[in-house]
Amino acid sequence: MTSIAKPPVRHPGLEKNALGLTKRDYEGSMSTLCAGCGHDSVTAALIQAFFELSVPPHRAAKMSGIGCSSKTTAYFMKQSHGFNGVHGRMPSLATGANAANRGLVYVGISGDGDSLSIGLGQFCHAIRRNVDLLYVLENNGVYGLTKGQFSASSDVGSTSKRGEANVQPPIDPVLTALSLGATFVARSFSGDKAQLVPIIKAGLLHSGFALIDVISPCVSFNDHDGSTKSYRYTREHDHEVGSVDLVPMRREITAPPVNGDGAGDGKVMAIAMHDGTVMRFRSVGEEYDPSNRDAAYAHVRESQQRGEIATGLLYIDEHTKDMHALNGTVDEALIDVPFESLCPGSAALEELQAEFR
Amino acid sequence: MSGINDFAFKIATVNGTGSASANGLLMQAIFRMGIPVTGKNIFPSNIQGLPTWYEIRVSKDGYTARPEQVDLVVAMNNATYAKDVATVRPGGYLLYDSSWPLDDALVREGITILGVPFGKMCVEAFERDRDRTLLRNIAYVGSLAALLDIDMDVIGEMLHEKFGKKRSLLEANFRAIRLGSEFAKKEFECPLPFRLERLNATGHSILMDGNTAAALGAVFAGATVGAWYPITPATSVMEAFKEYCQRFRVDAATGRKKFCIVQAEDELSAAGIVIGAGWAGARAFTSTAGPGISLMQEFIGLAYYGEIPAVLYDIQRTGPSTGMPTRTQQGDLLTIAYASHGDTKHIALFPANPEECFYMAVEAFDLAERFQTPVFLVSDLDIGMNDWMCRRLTWDDRYRPDRGKVLNAEELETIQRFSRYLDVDGDGITARTIPGAGAKGAYFTRGSGHDKHGLYTEESDDYQEVVDRLSRKIAGAAKAVPAPEVHVQEHATIGLVSIGGCHAAVLEAVDRLRAAGIIADYMRIRGFPFDTPVADFLTKHPSTFVVEQNRDAQLRSLLAIETGVARDRMIPVLDYGGLPLTAERVVSAVRASIAPASAPASPVSPDAPATTTRRKGVPV
Repeated sequence: MTSIAKPPVRHPGLEKNALGLTKRDYEGSMSTLCAGCGHDSVTAALIQAFFELSVPPHRAAKMSGIGCSSKTTAYFMKQSHGFNGVHGRMPSLATGANAANRGLVYVGISGDGDSLSIGLGQFCHAIRRNVDLLYVLENNGVYGLTKGQFSASSDVGSTSKRGEANVQPPIDPVLTALSLGATFVARSFSGDKAQLVPIIKAGLLHSGFALIDVISPCVSFNDHDGSTKSYRYTREHDHEVGSVDLVPMRREITAPPVNGDGAGDGKVMAIAMHDGTVMRFRSVGEEYDPSNRDAAYAHVRESQQRGEIATGLLYIDEHTKDMHALNGTVDEALIDVPFESLCPGSAALEELQAEFR
Repeated sequence: MSGINDFAFKIATVNGTGSASANGLLMQAIFRMGIPVTGKNIFPSNIQGLPTWYEIRVSKDGYTARPEQVDLVVAMNNATYAKDVATVRPGGYLLYDSSWPLDDALVREGITILGVPFGKMCVEAFERDRDRTLLRNIAYVGSLAALLDIDMDVIGEMLHEKFGKKRSLLEANFRAIRLGSEFAKKEFECPLPFRLERLNATGHSILMDGNTAAALGAVFAGATVGAWYPITPATSVMEAFKEYCQRFRVDAATGRKKFCIVQAEDELSAAGIVIGAGWAGARAFTSTAGPGISLMQEFIGLAYYGEIPAVLYDIQRTGPSTGMPTRTQQGDLLTIAYASHGDTKHIALFPANPEECFYMAVEAFDLAERFQTPVFLVSDLDIGMNDWMCRRLTWDDRYRPDRGKVLNAEELETIQRFSRYLDVDGDGITARTIPGAGAKGAYFTRGSGHDKHGLYTEESDDYQEVVDRLSRKIAGAAKAVPAPEVHVQEHATIGLVSIGGCHAAVLEAVDRLRAAGIIADYMRIRGFPFDTPVADFLTKHPSTFVVEQNRDAQLRSLLAIETGVARDRMIPVLDYGGLPLTAERVVSAVRASIAPASAPASPVSPDAPATTTRRKGVPV
């Protein structure tokens, strides 16, 4: 089997973004995942988000590890460089790429096996370093490519296709990220594009590590009644904390930054992203404050205890410093710093060697 | 062997007591007197309380290998008295702390025992406990200065450089030096028969350790990303890189850094960061030791198949796990040559001393980008962590990095279609693009499953086409890596082969063998893959001795695999106890094999090393 390119058909009436590009310009090769796979919906949401934000495709880099989720980087933005690395090690590749060139938009795609088992260490430390990276964890609670083993996010009691029940407690990437000091933590559902697209956009604009845990049902191995990552279970137990609207900075911001807009669905909170874009966070019903880490943690736990999955933008620290800010790196990408200003030269070497006598 | 400017001495102390700086002071003082000198630090994997030794060899002829025996031992650690006194050559000297009665373990026939009450003198002279401990070391420097004729002006100058601004420390150090020196002058016949005399043989040299030199190489080569995980003996590479980047790479106006060093969570991550950065267009490197290389294997294979430049320093040591991480070895040769799963082969450079660490580091970055593949700089603990006398480093300001075949945005516009792995030039090296360069240059990097266009494939022919080209590419690198250093002599009957840190000892052994009537040619391997001169040397001699520091004759295996020369033509001379190689070790192995007289060597079984005993001390 080889890769399948999509036919380059252009419909003249396709909507164009600020760069004059259509959504087709953000697509990749044909997906080879199973029909109905939640990951394909995530791919579609990514295409929509990149299109709407008018990110020049060649200024983005797609990073992934190994697994069904990690294959998806081939299915969007074919005009971007992509790197399908080794299992569980995408965060380090992304760290290195970002260290070398901070000028690109980085999106990392991973799965629950890739992030929470083999790559748990890398996941945690990329969060600690606060690498400027949108990290999408396509979470289906199962190993799909190897045909149906439990993953580290399988719930206790969740059954495999063969009827075996998982006995080990799951690792919740959202709670893990919150406790590690992640500066942007969200959860969504692959089937809820209306929620997912604005969250992806917000994550792309966040200056630092932005985690989106996307519950993404596996139609082949984990979409049955015993699974907590099935379409049915997720639809029935999804509990949204609020909806997110993004107001790109090129538009005039007219909405009031705080308080409700009278629609009767809670309060609207305005959060400024690093490029000046304002993200409006609309809480549902109760007063949810996404800038309070402890409250976010409590909310996720309480939802779990009620048998609900808390979704939405759960936590954001808008004043965060990413890896380069923490390092104090120059503004320009390191790959653009001229060699002449990197090499100390012969005179400096001569002088230095006086210390070695 | 001992005489003026030609002797060796050893200081036995307890680690964590401040002896390191005293020993460094001694060695540096001798160097500044213009006399060739080497220092070997034999230290434990411990922070405080275990035995440590510092061996200093003075050699007017410039021999820098570790000596087999010493003329004088300074015994400051009662835990190792018996062992230390045994290493004094017959007729040699022992200097001990006579604050306590002479220990029975120190009594030995045929040597001269000198006692100086270092501890007592320091307790009387200094008030703080810390000073009393630390300055005991400086006091033995004072006694050695008197016994060996070390120039007091040089010592004074060095103390001023070190403590110039700290008046009280300066005075305390001077006082301790005088205490040791005056006692020795009063009580003993100074100087000893072996002693120092000013020379003018170090003017063009520096004293530097290999890790510092290798780090400087990375700075000068323009490396901007360093990723690592702390491990002895590689840690000081990245620490030095950081120090020199802080000095040379911080923007004066803004205080911002033109480098990014990441201390990763483990070596897997360090490798990933380096490969990610290399993929994105930076010169990036890591520094590790054997255990780290083990962890990086999967990533190394990915970089080989994905054709991503990466520089990996391997400062070899004894392994695995705990036990002897602070002892030297050349145990990673085979691992590095073929690191990772699947069909891989890697470019490796083997410096023999700090000078080469510097130049080969720069070369490693050029080769990594030219061949778009991982390149290893293979050093060891002895080279990396000991101060070596080597020639001053020079730099050609016309140097510019060899970025290899990289298509930029303008060049991409001129071509119809970019195919990442298409061999346009027929040299196995294909053009790459840097992310961000342009939509036309975008491609998808994967491991083994790609065709020449960079597209996903599971087709046998497409896959084989790619890996066959990779094989040609790496074979082509044989001509680009440093050529072996070959020394030939008229009427040579045998050949010697060695690598890396063995070089100093083998060079000395060649001279000593010649003096004993055995004339040897000598080849030092400097790069991998091997080019034809390597096989030529091996076939030229009916028997060669392959000198290396590991148990299983890894270099010999590599030579046999890669050149096709029969293993039994190569007699292994193996030293793997964890200490720097001595010339004596090589000489005795060769002589034991060539008996009687100068008859040609008969090959020995590959499973039976030519010598199995360590340091028996065959008299030369």
